Amino acid sequence: MIDKVTVLGGYNKQGEEEPVKKVVIKKGEIVGVVGPTGSGKSSLIGDIEQLAQKDTFSKRKILVNDEKPSYDDRTNPRKKMVAQLSQNMNFLADMEVGDFLNLHAKCRGASSKCADAVIKLANTLTGEPIKKEHELTILSGGQSRALMVADVAIISDSPIVLIDEIENAGIRKHDALNVLSGHGKIVMVVTHDPVLALMTDRRIVMRSGGMEKVISTTESEKTISKKLNRIDDLLLNLRDKVRNGDVIEDINMDGVNL
Amino acid sequence: MRMIIVAGTPGSGKTAVLIHALRSLKERDLKSSVVKIDCLYTDDGKKFESIGIPTKVGLSMDMCPDHFAIYNIEDMIEWAQENDSECLIVETAGLCHRCAPYTLNSLGVCVIDATSGPNTPLKVGPFLSTADIAVITKGDMISQAEREIFRERVLEVNPKCKVIDANGLSGQGCMELAEEIYQTEEVSLEEEKLRHSAPLAVCTLCVGETKVNKKHHRGILRKIDGFQTYKGE
Repeated sequence: MIDKVTVLGGYNKQGEEEPVKKVVIKKGEIVGVVGPTGSGKSSLIGDIEQLAQKDTFSKRKILVNDEKPSYDDRTNPRKKMVAQLSQNMNFLADMEVGDFLNLHAKCRGASSKCADAVIKLANTLTGEPIKKEHELTILSGGQSRALMVADVAIISDSPIVLIDEIENAGIRKHDALNVLSGHGKIVMVVTHDPVLALMTDRRIVMRSGGMEKVISTTESEKTISKKLNRIDDLLLNLRDKVRNGDVIEDINMDGVNL
Repeated sequence: MRMIIVAGTPGSGKTAVLIHALRSLKERDLKSSVVKIDCLYTDDGKKFESIGIPTKVGLSMDMCPDHFAIYNIEDMIEWAQENDSECLIVETAGLCHRCAPYTLNSLGVCVIDATSGPNTPLKVGPFLSTADIAVITKGDMISQAEREIFRERVLEVNPKCKVIDANGLSGQGCMELAEEIYQTEEVSLEEEKLRHSAPLAVCTLCVGETKVNKKHHRGILRKIDGFQTYKGE
């Protein structure tokens, strides 16, 4: 049972101590990671994925329930506490979708029935259906991401979930986020998207490789987040229409009162 | 003298990973020397020198670089001793992956690129299956699922090895490798043996025949259907 994850600060790219010395993330919390490109967002996520013990570039240390995780916890995929959806848009493995999912299920000690469930879930997130006998490498960017999301949600069902820039995926990001951030998990989302950033409980601001500050989402931000969500829904709706070859004649701006 | 033998496919990040590990060893005051063995060309020697490590480069030319490394191992150790080093690191660029350049008491490090696909660990043979440590690089370029499958495949081929996930750019995992190098015991060459024999190489092609027609071939000849004959005197 994982109740909390602690990130103990290390050093930024200039070798200076990072301003935030400690972040504690509790069960059920969604934390955003924001900052310009190259500011170290993915590295922070990477440190947590490996449960770093001052052995990465940043020299950060990650504790789980206030304790140092064992070597086995860090490396054995069957015990792995962390599921990660990285920024990668494509698979490189030269295999069929079904074989790949079965292999991964085996690595994680999950049931071999998972493969069908993963494909079914992935197909709710993307437009073009994925089939078991498809080659992984020919999947489109959207299909690949949808499959990665479903794989993380079902096969890598871990109490800590790390998500890197889900908005780039060309898939339904809210649905994807819901699928990934199951009840009682610790979720971290790297994002450039204000809609997602304001949905989180807190956000870590990164600068030149270091954690600069932690902002708790304010009440007014939460109100703004709801408005942004409505705009986002509107845009998604329009996007689907454009994709389907429809002609846009009118848009419904009800409830999008800024 | 500790002896570390590092093998791996071309472009897998052997040099990048070693540079990070060597920096970390230097901080711990362990003096190392590096020999880089390549076939035709390398400028990796400069990279090691730029972090202040005594470096020697050997080009094997038309000889197998792993064989070349073994013929020169005593001289390399002598040279490292002249440098007052406590640790000799030999980086070799294997070609056919049928050799394993590791000796029994050296630390055998295999560097393998995760983007090369999940079947690669099954293909590469003894340089992975007889290694003490498998360093998996470029894991950041693939999904976590692919990374986990790759790792599983490495352990299928070599269940006893220690797997280190490393990143040659950020240095992630390289401190773990440095720790293993630090803990390695000293080796004496007197009775030292290779862990794995070199591949069968007893035909006319081995000694320079270039004609492809089979009437020119002598020695132990194996056919694609597995049939093996000896032709010659």
